Amino acid sequence: MTSYLKIDHIDKSFERGGVRTDVLKDVSLTIEKGEFVSIIGHSGCGKSTLLNLIAGLTRVTSGAILLGNTEVNAPGPERAVVFQNHSLLPWLTVYENVNLAVSKVFAGKKSKTEKHDWVMNNLDLVQMAHAKDKRPAEISGGMKQRVGIARALAMEPKILLLDEPFGALDALTRAHLQDAVMEIHARLGNTMIMITHDVDEAVLLSDRIVMMTNGPAARIGEVLDVPIPRPRDRIALSADRTYLKSREAVLKFLYERHRFVEAAE
Amino acid sequence: MTATARKAQPASEAKPLTEPVMTTATVVALPKPMRSTFRPQAILAAAARNIVPPLVVVLIILGVWQIACSHPGASLPAPSQIWTDSADLITSPFFNNGPQDIGLAWRVLISLERVAIGFGLAAFVGVILGAVVGQSVWAMRGLDPIFQVLRTVPPLAWLPLSLAAFRDSNPSAIFVIFITSIWPVIINTAVGVRNIPDDYRNIARVLRLNQLEFFFRIMVPAAAPYIFTGLRIGVGLSWLAIVAAEMLTGGVGIGFFIWDAWNSSRLSDIIVALVYIGVTGFILDKLVAFVGTIVTRSN
Repeated sequence: MTSYLKIDHIDKSFERGGVRTDVLKDVSLTIEKGEFVSIIGHSGCGKSTLLNLIAGLTRVTSGAILLGNTEVNAPGPERAVVFQNHSLLPWLTVYENVNLAVSKVFAGKKSKTEKHDWVMNNLDLVQMAHAKDKRPAEISGGMKQRVGIARALAMEPKILLLDEPFGALDALTRAHLQDAVMEIHARLGNTMIMITHDVDEAVLLSDRIVMMTNGPAARIGEVLDVPIPRPRDRIALSADRTYLKSREAVLKFLYERHRFVEAAE
Repeated sequence: MTATARKAQPASEAKPLTEPVMTTATVVALPKPMRSTFRPQAILAAAARNIVPPLVVVLIILGVWQIACSHPGASLPAPSQIWTDSADLITSPFFNNGPQDIGLAWRVLISLERVAIGFGLAAFVGVILGAVVGQSVWAMRGLDPIFQVLRTVPPLAWLPLSLAAFRDSNPSAIFVIFITSIWPVIINTAVGVRNIPDDYRNIARVLRLNQLEFFFRIMVPAAAPYIFTGLRIGVGLSWLAIVAAEMLTGGVGIGFFIWDAWNSSRLSDIIVALVYIGVTGFILDKLVAFVGTIVTRSN
């Protein structure tokens, strides 16, 4: 039985001016349908590169990534990405931004009213239907990221890739959005991969946490299961033993065994 | 003294009313904002700020000019002289007394028609070429040096070649407009396209937009501010070029009118035509800028 997403011994190196830099070395990972997996590591460890490889935005140097039975070698809507800085198109309204994705992905598959309903359905899901006629410049950072998530969900992806989706948000807004993502994950059962550098966020949201060693030539150092039953509640969890133990394990990995050494750059 | 008294008053009034105030507090009669109502005073004030200073300067210039050129034997006509010579050109721009005796507004319109064709072609071809140059590193390496050389060629230097190629004055004039105004459009569009954020490109790749969709949905709106900068420079250049080109090719445009007036020593007519040309160029520039602000408002 093949797994849903299979990352099979991939290497990634960049060449610039004849100098070869290994970013990822021999990374293997399998992800099952409906799983929420976080990838955590210090900055510069290549976690964003890994996400870009899964998205198909960059090509692997060697090895392969398989989604179902097809190899990933180009970007596509079945691997929708939520970018760190929302990257909504500023000349389109909230509705038009989501509709751009819907009209492209469902061209010839849905009727006009079905497309409209699907856009509104996804805006409802992130509670942004009220701002459908606003432009990105008129809404807050958290709202923009909600729309970014709606746009990605509207592509009906097989796997949703979140690249530090809450990194640019303040702590309160971040908590709101984390809850929103958990709710969406519970309701739709999407497979999600999230890049983060926030330990609490990783433990709260994930079924498994993939911890990366420091680059260059970063590897997967450890994979931690987070066996906390869902639905999860951040307040109840703050005293939960499994939560605290998981959190400690990640912290130990990041700050004891794989301390970030700035001078190594 | 009065300030403290005013401050204290609402506080003392509010005290006995704590409970009911909670429910009735919303009913406060604020003075209505005057935004929608017509306020002649404000409009007059704005007009005075923007119109009076240039008007004063124009009057001063006319005054100095009048003094400098009113002595007998002056080589240029004074403003009063211009008025006596060319009042018909100033007061009735739209007269029409036969094929070569028409009002200056008609002549400007004929020149504008040539500009519209030449500049329209330049805008269309320029945006497409600029997109190619901005999008492809190899196209940029190959074409950019050529563009940089060609754009420094003065407009009139193209005229003999284009006369030889088209064998007719009207298409030659249009070609001169085209070749003069296309360079800033190409170069600015290319810069705009090169500056499209990677995020927008990634969105397009994830959505698998094809080249045409990418061009219209992402590239043109993202580069619109740059494109309109190029168009604005281009329209200015094309207006410069048309007057020069018409002086040499003839016809009924405003440029030829100046040449014709010079040949029959009507200096006053030339000065009136210069004002027409300047005002038209100003309006053209503002028009492109206005379209640009409307189109790029949402960016």
